[in-house]
Amino acid sequence: MTAPAPRARLRDYVLPLVVFALALGVWEFAVRFWRIEPFVLPAPSAICASLVADWPILSAALRVTLATTAKALALATAGGVGLALVFAQSRWIERAFLPFAIVLQVTPVIAIAPLLLIWLDQETAVLVCAFLVAFFPILANTAMGLASTDRGLVELFTLYRASRWRTLTRLKLPAALPYFLNGLRIGGGLALIGAIVAELAAGAAGKGAGLAFRIAEAGYRLNIPRMFAALALVSLAGLAIYGTLALVSRLALRRWHESALHPDA
Amino acid sequence: MSAAEARLLTLRGVSRRFADAPALEALDLDLRRGEFLSLIGPSGCGKSTALRLIAGLIAPTSGAIEWAGGARPEIGFVFQTPTLMPWADVRTNVFLPLRLEGRSWRKARARVEAALERVGLADRARAYPRELSGGMAMRVSIARALVSEPSVLLMDEPFAALDEITRFRLNDDLARIVRDSATSVVFVTHSIFESVYLSSRVAVFSQAPGRIVETLAIDAPQPRDPDFRLSPLFSLYARRLADALNRTEGAP
Repeated sequence: MTAPAPRARLRDYVLPLVVFALALGVWEFAVRFWRIEPFVLPAPSAICASLVADWPILSAALRVTLATTAKALALATAGGVGLALVFAQSRWIERAFLPFAIVLQVTPVIAIAPLLLIWLDQETAVLVCAFLVAFFPILANTAMGLASTDRGLVELFTLYRASRWRTLTRLKLPAALPYFLNGLRIGGGLALIGAIVAELAAGAAGKGAGLAFRIAEAGYRLNIPRMFAALALVSLAGLAIYGTLALVSRLALRRWHESALHPDA
Repeated sequence: MSAAEARLLTLRGVSRRFADAPALEALDLDLRRGEFLSLIGPSGCGKSTALRLIAGLIAPTSGAIEWAGGARPEIGFVFQTPTLMPWADVRTNVFLPLRLEGRSWRKARARVEAALERVGLADRARAYPRELSGGMAMRVSIARALVSEPSVLLMDEPFAALDEITRFRLNDDLARIVRDSATSVVFVTHSIFESVYLSSRVAVFSQAPGRIVETLAIDAPQPRDPDFRLSPLFSLYARRLADALNRTEGAP
C-alpha cells in the first residue's frame, strides 16, 4: 500500500478539521456578536470551560456509561454469536426462536425500559436495555455469515470427511468473520444508544449516574454549558467506539477481505 | 492385468432425480486404473451430477456405484471455480486436505511444497487467493486436490472460466501432472479440443436426462505435447467427437 498523495491527505484529514474549526469559530463569534445568553446557546469556549470545571462529575458519568456499553456489547457478542451458532445447527430451532429476537428488536427500547426498571434494579435494567439493542445486529449478521459459507468449500469439507466441529471451526467461523465484525460495529454504536436511552428513562442519581442522567439534570437546572459538555462526551464516546471497532475489523480482515482493502490495492 | 482387475469404478444403472426432473437415467460407466476419462455433452445433461455421484456428494436415486476394493478411495475434487478459502494463504489452502486428515504442518509441509512445485507455484506459497490470477488460483485448487495423493481426481469443468491461452497452458500442465502420477481422472468438460487433447477415453452424454450414447477411445500416443493439437490425428478425433455430439443434439 502506498502512502496517499499529499493532495488526498489534505482532502481526507486536513479539510474536515479545518471546516470543523471554522464552524466552531463562527459559532463563538455569533454568540458574542449577538450576545446570546448561555442558557440559550453557550459559546464553545463556555462549553470547554464547563468541561474542565465539571470534569470530576462528567468523567465519573462517562466511566459509568462506557462501562455499561462495554458490558452490554460483551454480553450481546456472546449471546448473538452463541444463538447464531445454535440457529446454524438447525432450521427448526431458528424458525422457533427467531421471532422472539425479532420482536425484541422491533419494539423500541425506550418502550421496554420502564418495564425493565420495575422488574430490575436500575443498573441491571440499563445494562439489559443496552444489551437488547446491540444483540440483534450481531445475531443477524453472524447468522447470515454462517449461512453464506461457500457451498463448494462446504462440499470439499464433506469430501474429506471433516467432522461437524472441524467444519465449524475451520470453515464456517472464518467465513462468518466479516459479517460478525460488521454486526459488532453496528452493535457497538447501538449499545451506547441503548445505555443512554435507558439512563434517561431511569433518571436516577447517585453513584450509578451516567452521561444521559447528567444531561437531563443539567437541563433541569438550565446549566446549558454542562449539558453541551456532556453531549460532546457522548458524541466522542460514540466516535471512539466506532473507530475502535472499525480498526479491529480492518486489522482482522486486512489480508483477505475486500472491505478492508485499500481502494488502489 | 485382466479387464476386471483394471477396473477401478463401476456405475451400473445409476439414476438420479431432483425434485422437478430426472437428471441422469440408467447410467452405465466404468473407470479404469490410470485412465483419463472425459465426460462431454450438452449443458444440463447431468455430467456434473455424475461427477458428484461418484464423489459421494449426492446419493443415486437408484443403481449402484461400486469401487474396486469396496470402499471409496481417496478422492481429489476440482470445482469449476477455484473454491479457495480467502482468509488463508496458498500453502494453508493446499494443506487443507492433510489437515482434515489430522496431520500436523510439520509432517505435511514437504508434501504441500511438492504439490505447489508440481503446479509451478512454489514461489507463491505465502500469497493470498485474491492476489492470484484466475489461472493461478485454479493451479492452487489442483495442487490442493493432488496433495493427498488421491487415486481418483474428479474435475468439474475446471478451466471453463479461463481464457484460451491460460487454458491451453493448464491443459499441458495437467497432462504432465497426470502422466507423472498414478491418478485416474474423470474430467467434465464442454470443450471438444480439451477432451481430445487430454483423454484416453471420452464418454459422450445425451441431452437430459443424461445417459452415455457413445464412448470414444483416443488412441494417440502419450505423452502428448502442444504439437499434437496441430496433428491430423487430433483433427480426426475432434471431428469424430463433434459428429457424436451432433448426433446427440439430433436425438430426441
